[in-house]
Amino acid sequence: MAGPGFISLEAPFDETKARSLRSGDRILLSGTVYTLRDAGHKRLIELLNRGEEPPFPLQDAVIYYVGPSPATGGRAIGSAGPTTASRMDPYTPQLLERGLRGMIGKGYRDASVIEAMKRMGAVYFAATGGAGALLSRTILQAEVIAWEDLGTEALRRLTIREMPLTVIIDSQGRNLYEDGPRAWRETQGDENG
Amino acid sequence: MAIREFQVDLLRDAVERMCGPAACDMPEDVRQAMEEAARIEDGPNARSVLAELLDNYQIAATERIPVCQDTGMVVIFLDVGLDVHFNGDPYQAINEGVRRGYRDSSLRMSIVGDPLRRVNTGDNTPALVSVRLVPGDRVTLTFMAKGFGSENTSRLAMLRPADGLEGVRRFVLDTAAKAGPNACPPIVVGVGIGGSFDQVALAAKRALSRDTGQAHSDPFYADFERSLLEDINKTGVGPQGLGGRTTALSVAIEVLPTHIAALPVACNINCHVARHMKEVL
Repeated sequence: MAGPGFISLEAPFDETKARSLRSGDRILLSGTVYTLRDAGHKRLIELLNRGEEPPFPLQDAVIYYVGPSPATGGRAIGSAGPTTASRMDPYTPQLLERGLRGMIGKGYRDASVIEAMKRMGAVYFAATGGAGALLSRTILQAEVIAWEDLGTEALRRLTIREMPLTVIIDSQGRNLYEDGPRAWRETQGDENG
Repeated sequence: MAIREFQVDLLRDAVERMCGPAACDMPEDVRQAMEEAARIEDGPNARSVLAELLDNYQIAATERIPVCQDTGMVVIFLDVGLDVHFNGDPYQAINEGVRRGYRDSSLRMSIVGDPLRRVNTGDNTPALVSVRLVPGDRVTLTFMAKGFGSENTSRLAMLRPADGLEGVRRFVLDTAAKAGPNACPPIVVGVGIGGSFDQVALAAKRALSRDTGQAHSDPFYADFERSLLEDINKTGVGPQGLGGRTTALSVAIEVLPTHIAALPVACNINCHVARHMKEVL
């Protein structure tokens, strides 16, 4: 998996590290990340709004937007690729204010998320959507730490090793979803306008 | 013609058999389209994404783990012969097949029973079933396990007849471009044209059940499919939206007669994990 051009990174990481990452960087991420998607975000925000402590330390945390399939055959987890991040946008600025440092998903983020990322120094990574079997191999341990009743949407702590990611939006707001397609179109010349 | 007494257990068993393989083994047509895409792709990010996705297919098939964690909502098209009599409830039989198949293959349970109360049904039921009556005494079962990252990027419009073919083209291109990375490109595009507000969406969904690369039987629409695919692949969205040639693997159109006042168009997007199977019972 590891190849030239990859940057090794350990989660959690701090603001200085986050601000050193650039849109387009290829990353191999190891360490601890937390899984959370639609229903889990709703619960986390409700809990924070009641003034309670979150079930995991938000400061410098990395959240992986994923709802895995069940673990089989001695694996830590089943298929585990990213889900669409924009569904979490309504909740995200508040989490960034509380110290959230990184997010792993796929797809667009809205302006309020990008603005909060710039202000707080955070980074948005994409994992390859639909590569759930391949990504599963990089997850060594998975433990449900809250909201087990949500099934696939429960909050899990994952231990990962060298998960292949791409920095999509960096702490300066540069966005590979804009720059990547534009760069390709430019290589095609007039033919494709 | 004699009436065929049809055991609904046949339906249940067929659906049960399809769930696991649909999740773990990519259909040959999709795999070939992806391999071809990897051969001609020239975007640097795009090349590594396609290589990863082809690796992923291999891992999934060998290790019997779903290609994608979103193992989908089951969509069934049932073409029922007019000479068939079911000995029981085919809807219940299909749902029992889904229940067994998803449990036994350890697939993800992704269905909530009510759209606003949002409690997971725990067994991936119910399936979405559309029935069509056809001549004969056979039942044709088309099975799709539809992922919803791509479903959420689908759109429908009631165009004016004056908008014509170019209006449909603009709508499809705009939908594919706006879907961008959210739909997990390379995408498969199903287009319904004609009918009514409700029927056009179903036509678009039915188009997604066709093998990628299998052109419409009417040369006029086969040409339109090819030309839409070329246009979508000029947007530069590319695999996973990182820039490149391969935004879509195929475009399939289904058309319906419509009203003199109407030009409905629906664009149903599927991701590259385009799970579809068919069996005649």
